[in-house]
Amino acid sequence: MDIEKRIQELRDRLKYILDIFGPDENTNVIMLEAKLGEYVAREPGLPKQEAIRQLETLEELFRFLEKKLERELTPMNKVRIVRHPQRICLKDILENVYDNYTEIGGQDDYSIDPSMLIARAYITRRQGKKVHNQAVMVIGQEKGHGQEFRNGGSVKPWGNAKALHYMKVAETENIPIHTYIFTPGSYPIEDYPGAAQQIAKNLYEMGGLKVPIVAVISEGGSGGAEAIGLADTRIMMSHGYYSVISPEGAAAIEGRLRGGQRAEPRLIEHCAKQLKMTADDNRAMGFVDWKINEPELGARPEHYDFFRKLRKSVISSTDEIVLNVRGMRLFRSLALRRHKGADVYVRWSLDSRAKERLLWARYMKFRRMAQDAYLDKRHWFSRSSEWTGEFFSSLYSYFRYDLFGKQHKKVAELAEDMHAEIQVVVGRSSRYCKNVMSKLFFGKDKKDVDQAGLTSLSAWDEGGQNSGKWQYVSPQAKADRAVICPNTSVHGCLDQWAPDLFGEWAGVCSFCGHHFPMEYQWYLHNIFDPGSIYEVFTEIESTNPLKFEGFDLKLDEAKRKTGHKCGCMTFEARIEGTSVMVAMFMGAFRGGSVGAAEGEKFIRAMERARKKQLPFLSYVHGTAGIRIQEGVNGVIQMPRCTMAVRRYTEAGGLYLVLYDTNSYAGPVASFLGCSPYQFSVRSANIGFAGPGVIKETTGMDIPPNYHNAYQALSRGHIQGIWDRREVRGNLFQSLQTMGGRNLYYR
Amino acid sequence: MIDVKELLRELREEPYEKISIRAPHSGKVEFVAKEPGVRVVGPSGTWKEVPGTLLARLERENVKKPLHAPQKGEVMSLGEIANGQFAQAGQELMTIRHYLTREEVISRILRRSLSLFLAPEKGKYYFFPDVDIKIKTKGSQSVHIEDGMELFILSRMKREASIRYSGPSGIIYAVYFDTNDSVERNSPLIGVCPEDQLGQIQEVVSRVQSDWEERD
Repeated sequence: MDIEKRIQELRDRLKYILDIFGPDENTNVIMLEAKLGEYVAREPGLPKQEAIRQLETLEELFRFLEKKLERELTPMNKVRIVRHPQRICLKDILENVYDNYTEIGGQDDYSIDPSMLIARAYITRRQGKKVHNQAVMVIGQEKGHGQEFRNGGSVKPWGNAKALHYMKVAETENIPIHTYIFTPGSYPIEDYPGAAQQIAKNLYEMGGLKVPIVAVISEGGSGGAEAIGLADTRIMMSHGYYSVISPEGAAAIEGRLRGGQRAEPRLIEHCAKQLKMTADDNRAMGFVDWKINEPELGARPEHYDFFRKLRKSVISSTDEIVLNVRGMRLFRSLALRRHKGADVYVRWSLDSRAKERLLWARYMKFRRMAQDAYLDKRHWFSRSSEWTGEFFSSLYSYFRYDLFGKQHKKVAELAEDMHAEIQVVVGRSSRYCKNVMSKLFFGKDKKDVDQAGLTSLSAWDEGGQNSGKWQYVSPQAKADRAVICPNTSVHGCLDQWAPDLFGEWAGVCSFCGHHFPMEYQWYLHNIFDPGSIYEVFTEIESTNPLKFEGFDLKLDEAKRKTGHKCGCMTFEARIEGTSVMVAMFMGAFRGGSVGAAEGEKFIRAMERARKKQLPFLSYVHGTAGIRIQEGVNGVIQMPRCTMAVRRYTEAGGLYLVLYDTNSYAGPVASFLGCSPYQFSVRSANIGFAGPGVIKETTGMDIPPNYHNAYQALSRGHIQGIWDRREVRGNLFQSLQTMGGRNLYYR
Repeated sequence: MIDVKELLRELREEPYEKISIRAPHSGKVEFVAKEPGVRVVGPSGTWKEVPGTLLARLERENVKKPLHAPQKGEVMSLGEIANGQFAQAGQELMTIRHYLTREEVISRILRRSLSLFLAPEKGKYYFFPDVDIKIKTKGSQSVHIEDGMELFILSRMKREASIRYSGPSGIIYAVYFDTNDSVERNSPLIGVCPEDQLGQIQEVVSRVQSDWEERD
């Protein structure tokens, strides 16, 4: 019966190959199928010896062709490998890579989110005769070999919140974190804490987590991957993928499909190739630190050698991170650099100075990524002059605010205290005097209250909404037509004449208050003090880093249409005399999508605001998400920009976000969503994925107002909703009432 | 007192509802449903967010306002305005014939023959214990009620109040709420019919249930 078993094994292998190569015709696969079929038909008639001999040849053929097929794997085949139920999953890794583990907060489907698995594990290492048990926190998505309740590793917002909670626990316990990324993407629902907002929180916190983090990527689908992927070392499995969007999603966008239409397999295949999502691509672009080779056609639970290799990799990665930031390392780091998995012992806990160095190293690691993905055509001279300018401004703010400012503040505080002390003594005696005097002279009541102010009718605050006189008039106001408010059926709004609506009324329905979208220029002219806008980093330009087919044309078109070089405009401006640094994302430029150029500009603006001690405003005139044509160059902006935000707020800055029109996906799930002060202009939509995507991935019907700003407010995602006509006043009010300790104007 | 059988006969003769589509404001009409007999559908989707069939567009001030069908049915007749002509506000553009479904017929009959008692305010409603026991054991149609009788207990935010029934006396034909569910203000709680009409109503309803032919 040995033969039966071996035939069954071959059948399983063939089935797996068929699953992976799917619909594409492949001669090797056809040959395997035919040979196996022939053998199965012939086998009963053969003498046993002969049957075994032929079986061995067949097995040899399988091995040979599997090797051959391995070389022919396309990106799409790899996508099918990582999604295959036989793919290794986190439980297998816990069993085989770690020496012992306890799963935390979940037993199969009894878990707040079965797709997020957390375990305290340890690794046993021997140094001489001594045995060390080194604890780690293991966090990752669990696909569970096709277990349905695991949702294919698609983590709900509360699953990511759980992950963050235990990252914090690891930080308290001072043990390293190993994360394993097995996700096609985050589960796109808005229920509290909200897919986007929770990923943003995770990124923000991971940027400052004071323990070593190692991430291993098998299936890295966009936002879901980033939620636990911001790590000191990122390892990628050779058959995995790491991408901004699934190939199917990219094909749906490229093919402009709507309403659940399916993209053609050939287009999906094409997109998978264009997105440059394989381990080799990501390694070459520097988004992952190294690649672990898997056995032919992908690692499955029976490949014990692979687990051994993985174990060595995660251990030596953790060692390396720790050694790089710690004092005593001499020979050990040399040995580690010589060959990965060298047998050295490193204690994994860090002291406070090493922790600081670790955070700085992490920041710099991400800061250096995607530097080739945007254009900066300036001459070296102007670049260096910009650098010198920034150097001097930071020198100035050091002297002005740190050195002088601190002393000044101390003196002022002392004077304040003195004054208050004196007030107590003087105040009491003067009150006493006043009492005596008033009794002596029969208390003459002072009537210096402004009588007119109390008795006359209050007037409509003339300055409040600018009395309909705006600095900029939208071109929409030039059309002679009536406009129908979308809320007519609910609120019975009458039609409004476009010149009134878009001119005097600033695009706000005078019946129900619906805000019609306005151009970003309207905000530029009506929010900031006239003539105060000073644009910076104008030279940074979007490009096509992946050579995505047909994208150059689209990009040129967008540049020509908008007159901007990328979708983000950064400038310094004043509001009622208070200077602010602003990054504005324009919906008109490729849907306001964020790529490498936009991210770089944002980070530089953040750095400039930090150096000059300015408050920072992100005005999102509209963003559709991360620019998919830039692939991981785009998605990596999520951690990069979030870390820049963190660095800025930690330095004492005020980071405000103002959403307008539509803001979705990656940017909301990172550097926008991490702000503690997010506001929205009325009638804006804020969310993670659009209704079409939600319907497609979750099968749920989405109410028409699902992403509406008021919904976001009641879910606790944003902190307030502003009327467009009052944005200027509200921003100034925010600058007065919120914000960090180091802003110069306080 | 109404004649239920007469009502049913009327409905049989005209088993549809005529919906008149009028111009919401003045403007030039461009018909999409151009001739009688065109089948149309009403709004659909979980939240009725998908509008019904486009019937016509009304152009004013360079804006075309779409007019959608409010109900399922077919276009019965077009108004007196020809395609491309100017219509005044409120002028009839077309009539849609909506064939009544079984449920609609029954609800019409009941609406005409029952007197409804509406919830005076939002809250959870319960029957008085003795009425409740009677309903549970013998069914609601065994309960005779009169004007001024204490019938409900309204419970809201740990506060309870008794509600007296006001209306014609009779028996409870139908109960429209579930205990433990919050009932909105002015939604019907019970339908009451005079005792002597009970048999007649029941008969008509069961006849509609079995005989009524739904057209589409």
